[in-house]
Amino acid sequence: MKSKGTVFKYGDNVDTDVIIPARYLNTSDPGELAAHCMEDIDPGFAGAARPGDILVAGRNFGCGSSREHAPLAIKASGVACVVAESFARIFYRNALNIGLPILECPEAARAMSAGHKAAVDIRTGEISDLTTGSVFHAEPFPPFMMDLIAAGGLAPYLKGRCR
Amino acid sequence: MKMTMTQKILAAHAGKAEVHAGELVMARLDLVLGNDITAPVAIREFPKFGRERVFDRSRVALVPDHFTPNKDIKAAAQCAAMRAFAKSQEIDNYFEVGHDCGVEHALLPEKGLVTAGDLVIGADSHTCTYGALGAFSTGVGSTDMAAGMAAGETWFRVPSAIKVLLRGKPSKWVCGKDAILHLIGMIGVDGARYRSLEFAGDGIAHLSMDDRFTIANMAIEAGAKNGIFPVDETTLDYLRSHGAKEPRAYEADPGADYERTVEMDLGELEPEVAFPHLPSNTRRAREAEGVAIDQVVIGSCTNGRLSDMRIAAEVMRGRKVAEGVRAIVIPATQRIWLQAMDEGLLRVFAEAGCVVSPPTCGPCLGGHMGILAKGERCVATTNRNFVGRMGHVESEVYLASPAVAAASAIAGRIADPRDVMGEWR
Repeated sequence: MKSKGTVFKYGDNVDTDVIIPARYLNTSDPGELAAHCMEDIDPGFAGAARPGDILVAGRNFGCGSSREHAPLAIKASGVACVVAESFARIFYRNALNIGLPILECPEAARAMSAGHKAAVDIRTGEISDLTTGSVFHAEPFPPFMMDLIAAGGLAPYLKGRCR
Repeated sequence: MKMTMTQKILAAHAGKAEVHAGELVMARLDLVLGNDITAPVAIREFPKFGRERVFDRSRVALVPDHFTPNKDIKAAAQCAAMRAFAKSQEIDNYFEVGHDCGVEHALLPEKGLVTAGDLVIGADSHTCTYGALGAFSTGVGSTDMAAGMAAGETWFRVPSAIKVLLRGKPSKWVCGKDAILHLIGMIGVDGARYRSLEFAGDGIAHLSMDDRFTIANMAIEAGAKNGIFPVDETTLDYLRSHGAKEPRAYEADPGADYERTVEMDLGELEPEVAFPHLPSNTRRAREAEGVAIDQVVIGSCTNGRLSDMRIAAEVMRGRKVAEGVRAIVIPATQRIWLQAMDEGLLRVFAEAGCVVSPPTCGPCLGGHMGILAKGERCVATTNRNFVGRMGHVESEVYLASPAVAAASAIAGRIADPRDVMGEWR
């Protein structure tokens, strides 16, 4: 559950309407959604994001609509983890349910800048800014949630448990 | 252990004598809701939970309302997927376009599908609307909806709460929308994040059910998990007249733990407007006068109910929508549309120069039926004014009550209804 990539940095109250505008909600295909991810605040994001990249933001990330298309779009963009000062509650739940790793870490979220190289270890909660050498620690998830994320979300996790 | 109203409902549905803030509980669901945007994703996930049938076909509600009447081929395919699922699962509460359908959060209470004391999840963030009826209801994602449809139960983290103490009586042109916009302006868009907003105080007696629906509806705009009102005679009358199941009225324990108490005197409120691009950017409508507008939208799960139609019509009766302004009125359900017709309100709107739309969420989320071009401004009775919410990324949405929206349509700029009514009388 380790990843390394480039930081994309956004501010406070990034809402699900800018993560994936409703005009694209006539589909739920993750690839199609990813093509428009963050389009209204950062038209360059979809073309620039690579597998392993880290999305860093301020307070209340993912506020607004309950659309699960938002974490789906971010995940399909290749983003390995979202690090924020705090998350809106529906987004928080949705991200975990679809297997998108997220970490709440105000210090890291404030310190890291766009374009920095960064590494994240979901299991330990360690966030490293490889450009500055700073290391931050988020509260790691309990084992069951780690298993859920590793399984790819709630449905595969519960199915695995029923077997 | 003293509990909040929300905690009592969660405890009852978890089969526990008491719960405390922060505790994780597995709770029984009275109703699971989805719409044409969120249900298709849930339906795709549903088989992965290993159940062939939904837990209870009478406790699932599927409402095609967001991109309906179908706005394009892809939207039509999503509705078709939901329709097929509703048919194969024999869902009792599937509401077809034109057949007594409407915007979900106006429709479900109208159909008597939610009663006091219920626990409801919906794959739509404004599911918190039913807190107006003394129910615990909260928005979730599609995967949670699928799990809820399969199991009839799901997990919750018991929230702590903020008490909102309402005093006084709102004046003539002030309504529930002004109260909730003012509150969000006070506490911010994450001021109640993860928490319940529990409304209390003698001011509630002066709020109609429609006002309470509007207030609970926008609890999510302060980040709240739910917003909830105590059950009183107004609630019980509404539930009785809409054929709801027997209510279970829970009350917060005296001395229950609230993180903070926010007080608001309804009598001192003025018509409010939330400026782009956050619902917390509130100002008094009078302070916003002069902002020229291109469009007005009166409708949505926040303000598309009959009393909203009545107050907008009162402002527009005998007046004309300003030149250069497109005014779109959207009664939230088929029943509201018919009542508005019977009361002559649709004629008032049409003669004033409005277009009256069939029930749909449409423009609220930038779907269809009133999309904004670059640089255009809209005063809307909807719930979000985020960047690009109603169209182009450089368009602007100003949130307000039906009275302010109607007055603004007449004036061609943001206007206080008291000024418009005074000027032309």
